[in-house]
Amino acid sequence: MKPFTYERAASPAEAAAAAARTKGARFIAGGTNLLDLMKLQIETPPHLIDVNNLGLDRIEQTTEGGLRIGALVRNTDLAADERVRRDYGVLSRALLAGASGQLRNQATTAGNLLQRTRCPYFYDTNQPCNKRQPGSGCSAIGGYNRHHAIVGASNACIATHPSDMAVAMRVLDAGVETIRPDGSTRIIPIADFHRLPRDTPHIETSLEPGELITAVTLPRPAGGTQVYRKVRDRASYAFALVSVAAIVQRDGTGRVALGGVAHKPWRVEAAESDMPRGAKAVTGRLLADARTTHHNEFKVLLVERTLASILNKA
Amino acid sequence: MTEFDPSRRKLLKATALATSGTVITARLAPEAQAVQAAQPGPPQTATPATMSVLLRVNGTEHQLMIDPRTTLLDALRERLHLTGSKKGCDQGQCGACTVIVDGRRITSCLTLAVMQEGHDITTIEGLGTPANLHPMQAAFIKHDGYQCGFCTPGQICSAVAMLEEVKAGIPSHVTADLTQRPAATNEEFRERMSGNICRCGAYSNIQEAIAEVAGVKA
Repeated sequence: MKPFTYERAASPAEAAAAAARTKGARFIAGGTNLLDLMKLQIETPPHLIDVNNLGLDRIEQTTEGGLRIGALVRNTDLAADERVRRDYGVLSRALLAGASGQLRNQATTAGNLLQRTRCPYFYDTNQPCNKRQPGSGCSAIGGYNRHHAIVGASNACIATHPSDMAVAMRVLDAGVETIRPDGSTRIIPIADFHRLPRDTPHIETSLEPGELITAVTLPRPAGGTQVYRKVRDRASYAFALVSVAAIVQRDGTGRVALGGVAHKPWRVEAAESDMPRGAKAVTGRLLADARTTHHNEFKVLLVERTLASILNKA
Repeated sequence: MTEFDPSRRKLLKATALATSGTVITARLAPEAQAVQAAQPGPPQTATPATMSVLLRVNGTEHQLMIDPRTTLLDALRERLHLTGSKKGCDQGQCGACTVIVDGRRITSCLTLAVMQEGHDITTIEGLGTPANLHPMQAAFIKHDGYQCGFCTPGQICSAVAMLEEVKAGIPSHVTADLTQRPAATNEEFRERMSGNICRCGAYSNIQEAIAEVAGVKA
């Protein structure tokens, strides 16, 4: 790791202000992704702001009948929360499908949203990568890209977002509450939180410099049958080839979001009107603009069949 | 040859230190300094400031001055000489460094020691001793739940905390009904232990050891 200085923040406002004071400063909570990247010198923050003592570790009922999940709620605790298990099953399922027991005990709700890609070329500092080093090129395009994006990618980057939780948050229409260095707060709809790579794949979210996530909000429960189906190379502790988060109502209507196919959780609301017509129709519209390689073209059919399996059982 | 002879060792040492980027010149022998000066290595940076941290490990408090880059794993092994926790991958993928913090199992390689001030840390050394084994340690011995033994401390710490997670009603990927408490079954244990890799492949014996402690049929 490169040398850094370290401080513990006492309040969210103080943490955001501290982040604005040092260029390149990063917040650290669970640390499971950031420290990994710092060891490889992919991340080289000169200053770390430990946000673990900010008291953002509670799950509260909102006046609208939803939930407000503190940014520091650990993945284990969020997955195990009775209200989440009962009313937002797709979220519990997505969390439990991710990482290992040890990592879920450390990883936080906000940190999970901010995970960086697991693209092997991003991790290999000997290879060009526009996300790691803007302008250096993309080794995955024309490389081994079985795990890479099939939709929403650009000529600069075909990396995928690795989170399971974020896919469930997308299908649940979550909101991301933040505080900025000037003390102002806002709620970013999850649909606008993660960005497509375009020609700036190193900019992954709509967060401004120093902006701190304080909570993730969920609207009133959507009801229906909630499913998260993850298809991966191992039965446990592996990233998704594709994953499907779905909420299916009794009348056959519903919502779908995909993981493992794009730079962000992938959802096309317009495609959901085809839910009663079945998986093929929905997938056709969800992945209408898919650009595949011979390594990852299997993902299109895998999405369709995974969704079909969900709809058959729902 | 004699002129140059034993300096190979010093040269290796000097190169390693120069590469680490810390200022060490004053501590080297003159000939090693010359070697170091000839190395084109990366620019040297000042030694980062150390920080004071109070770690509570296995019930004992330790006040340490450490570089903030020190992971909990490195602090345990290199500073407190508790070498039971192992460094396998150093990336949170293998589970050999698993310790229990405030009752929860975590990978100690993916947290900084300075982040763990005020927390209760339990390592394999704190679970039991050769004269007074923890039941999970005794079960691993009885069922031969290892071959080389490198992953074993992490497996045991993980297994002990994992059974507590089942008792606490925390669901897993294989829990059929999220609205029910998870059952203590081998299927549950297997899924929940996926963060601990055993390259010798002693899984079936590890499974038997865990099942015995949990009081279920392997």
